[in-house]
Amino acid sequence: MPSSTVFMPPRHYLNDGYGIKSWLLTRDHKRIGLLYLAAITLFFFVGGAFAVLIRLELATPAGDLVSDETYNKLFTMHGVMMVFFFLIPSIPATLGNFLVPIMIGAKDLAFPKLNLASWYIYIIGGAFTLYALVAGGVDTGWTFYTPFSTVSSTTNVIPTALGVFITGFSSILTGLNFIVTIHRMRAPGMTWFRMPLFIWSMYATSLIFVLGTPVIAITIALVAVERLFHFGFFDPRLGGDPVLFQHLFWFYSHPAVYIMVLPSMGVVSELVAAFCRKQVFGYSFVAFASLAIAVLGFLVWGHHMFVAGQSVYSALVFSILSFLVAIPSAVKVFNWTATMYRGSISWQTPMLYAIGFIGLFTIGGLTGLFLAAVGLDVHVTDTYFIIAHFHYIMVGGTLMGYLGGLHYWWPKISGRLYPEFLAKLSAGIIFLGFNLTFFPQFVLGYLGMPRRYHAYPPEFQVLNVLSSAGASILGVGYLIPMIYLMWSLRYGRLAGSNPWGAVGLEWTTTSPPPTENFAETPVITSEVYDYSAPLEDHVA
Amino acid sequence: MPIGLSLSKDGAESDMWSGTPLFPEQASTMAGRVDALYFFLIAISTFFSLLIAGLIVFFAIKYRRRAPESVGAVIHGGLLLELAWTIIPFVISMVIFVWGASVFFAMSRPPDETIDIYVVGKQWMWKFQHLDGQREINELHVPVGRPVRLIMASEDVIHDVFVPAFRVKADVIPGRYTHIWFQPTKPGRYQLFCAEYCGTRHSGMTGQVVVMEPSEYQTWLSGGVPEGSLASAGAKLFQDLACNTCHRPDAQGRGPVLEGLFGKTVTLQSGETITVDEAYVRESILNPAAKVAAGFQPIMPTSQGLVTEEQLLELIEYVKSLSVLAQVQAR
Repeated sequence: MPSSTVFMPPRHYLNDGYGIKSWLLTRDHKRIGLLYLAAITLFFFVGGAFAVLIRLELATPAGDLVSDETYNKLFTMHGVMMVFFFLIPSIPATLGNFLVPIMIGAKDLAFPKLNLASWYIYIIGGAFTLYALVAGGVDTGWTFYTPFSTVSSTTNVIPTALGVFITGFSSILTGLNFIVTIHRMRAPGMTWFRMPLFIWSMYATSLIFVLGTPVIAITIALVAVERLFHFGFFDPRLGGDPVLFQHLFWFYSHPAVYIMVLPSMGVVSELVAAFCRKQVFGYSFVAFASLAIAVLGFLVWGHHMFVAGQSVYSALVFSILSFLVAIPSAVKVFNWTATMYRGSISWQTPMLYAIGFIGLFTIGGLTGLFLAAVGLDVHVTDTYFIIAHFHYIMVGGTLMGYLGGLHYWWPKISGRLYPEFLAKLSAGIIFLGFNLTFFPQFVLGYLGMPRRYHAYPPEFQVLNVLSSAGASILGVGYLIPMIYLMWSLRYGRLAGSNPWGAVGLEWTTTSPPPTENFAETPVITSEVYDYSAPLEDHVA
Repeated sequence: MPIGLSLSKDGAESDMWSGTPLFPEQASTMAGRVDALYFFLIAISTFFSLLIAGLIVFFAIKYRRRAPESVGAVIHGGLLLELAWTIIPFVISMVIFVWGASVFFAMSRPPDETIDIYVVGKQWMWKFQHLDGQREINELHVPVGRPVRLIMASEDVIHDVFVPAFRVKADVIPGRYTHIWFQPTKPGRYQLFCAEYCGTRHSGMTGQVVVMEPSEYQTWLSGGVPEGSLASAGAKLFQDLACNTCHRPDAQGRGPVLEGLFGKTVTLQSGETITVDEAYVRESILNPAAKVAAGFQPIMPTSQGLVTEEQLLELIEYVKSLSVLAQVQAR
């Protein structure tokens, strides 16, 4: 049921005011979503450039391309940029900002000015971090482990820490905004169990934003205070405890993994439903799995410290809890797969990304079991096995979901279609390039290659060359969508309001939507993902 | 996976893998146990990855959209399936948990009779001190077939001792002692890496563990020890720092008698009890007021800044030797 009304609406949010001021002072959640999209894309390509240099250096065993000092800065800045300035805001701040109000039938978020403020806070934090980069970089690793970061490193720790500290507040404000919006601004008939699963995942993510981010902000502030004023929090020579930092850091940074992957799971639920034209199998199990992950995710931070001198018994507690958090993730994977059973499955690009996500996330999740098993974690922690595992989750998971979502909602965002053939081609290139980059790293890690090594023994070279070759393919895979999506803004075919024949409130309004999202407040009369009735019958 | 399980039981088969770049060498009693768990997990992961991938590809082809307007069947879910794919992964993961925990217990509990060697990490080198006085840098000699325990300290930031062939790893943390133990099974040279990022030359902070036949090891041990044993160096330091003016063997001093003290449980002023181990001796030297033994005044001056990590180890070894001496005399 492709829409029969393919036209560009005369009035929409993109032509509601022109000029730089109409963007920088906007309160429209859709425009703010696009401001975020531009900013995080910049950080993605900066962070990606560092990754390219890292992989080039590692193509040979000797540290010959850059100096060890530079190499340490490269992986630090890659991590800081990608984690704090791309992955964490990626889906919530762009697709979430754009879609949360539309998917629940609201005109905007609950606090539009706060929403704009959160973007400016993000930009200020980003500016500090970019300053740290230009001023010579920072070499602590994105984890800022003490006492190295507080007493030993001679690089720009303070500006970087300030950047991360400030950016945290943009996460907190976005989370607050989403929670209030989802509670208070749902359209008539949009009950909790009629909410799209993307909204459930945004809700779970927002809880982590609000509860977790203050902890990282305080922790990073303590690092700055110890570095500047020699207060003894973490340095044992001042009476502090270096491992205390790790507890505080991972109390946020482990849940942050779920900040990164929960939104992507939400996107994948939408994609699987839309491209199978079918109700998501076990809707309420998938929804509650998101909440279970958000809650359990707060209780597993100690699994990052199995070799950091914690007691045997606390290691066992963190181990068993880490196994428990794997269960809801497994439940989601099984439900998505079951959704495909007797669906009407389209092989369009977003579905390819969804399938890619399920495959890569399955490998990422299963290798998480290796790490949760304490006796095995001892051997593989701090090696390339860890690097491979979390890239499968964050790049194979989060980024695949993000790109799938961007393609799926691009017609809604821009009013135009992207070129389908190129899109499928690049999805394939990304999938192949990703696996070639990161799969050899599992083997490297088990062989014992430690992470953050500028030079390595020659017997590791073959696997490293494979990985570097994969990275170059992956890089090409990311550039192609960047180019054709920009191209499609002007030259793409008009999309019409519902190019996929999907159900969901966002497809009932024009593409692009008007500033106020809906001509009149929709009243929801149908269950979510109900493909037995045409879209027109979903709202009154 | 039968190959992995047999590896742990039958050492001879491990030669099958040597020379191939896919698995690290097995050179300790722990290696086979860790690898067995690893192969089990690979089997589980392969099964579930293929199951999911197979289903997805099968469904994507069988149920591909044949008409532009067609929609999927109306299916909301099924409680039995949900229960099945909650409970089965739960049971499997608990099996892995127990298995991983039992391997970890074995890693954490050294046997009673170990060869103790002190390790000090600093940016960017490893220093090893044998009890007999040999000192080594970035190279550690140990005998084959004997359990070895490393007692590790850091002079600056966090480091990490990692010997892939032994499947052991532990952080080396400033301000405290951490331990690992291993029992080498094959003579040879094995890579030792620093596995916790420690600054500029982190990737250069590597070394080698040299595993020798016991006879060769004895020869190596007896070769050239200019400075005497660790404990004797500690005894000299004990005099130089004037520790002996208060810690006297005759109970007339202002500090506790150290003879026979190590390994005992003492009562503190606070009423708590503590076992005298390396960590407590270390703390008492650096921060004497923290845990004062009952019946004594907190008058001891701190030695913070006066002694290096290595000298601390010498002092601790001297205090330990006083207990060994006391035991011998008691007999």
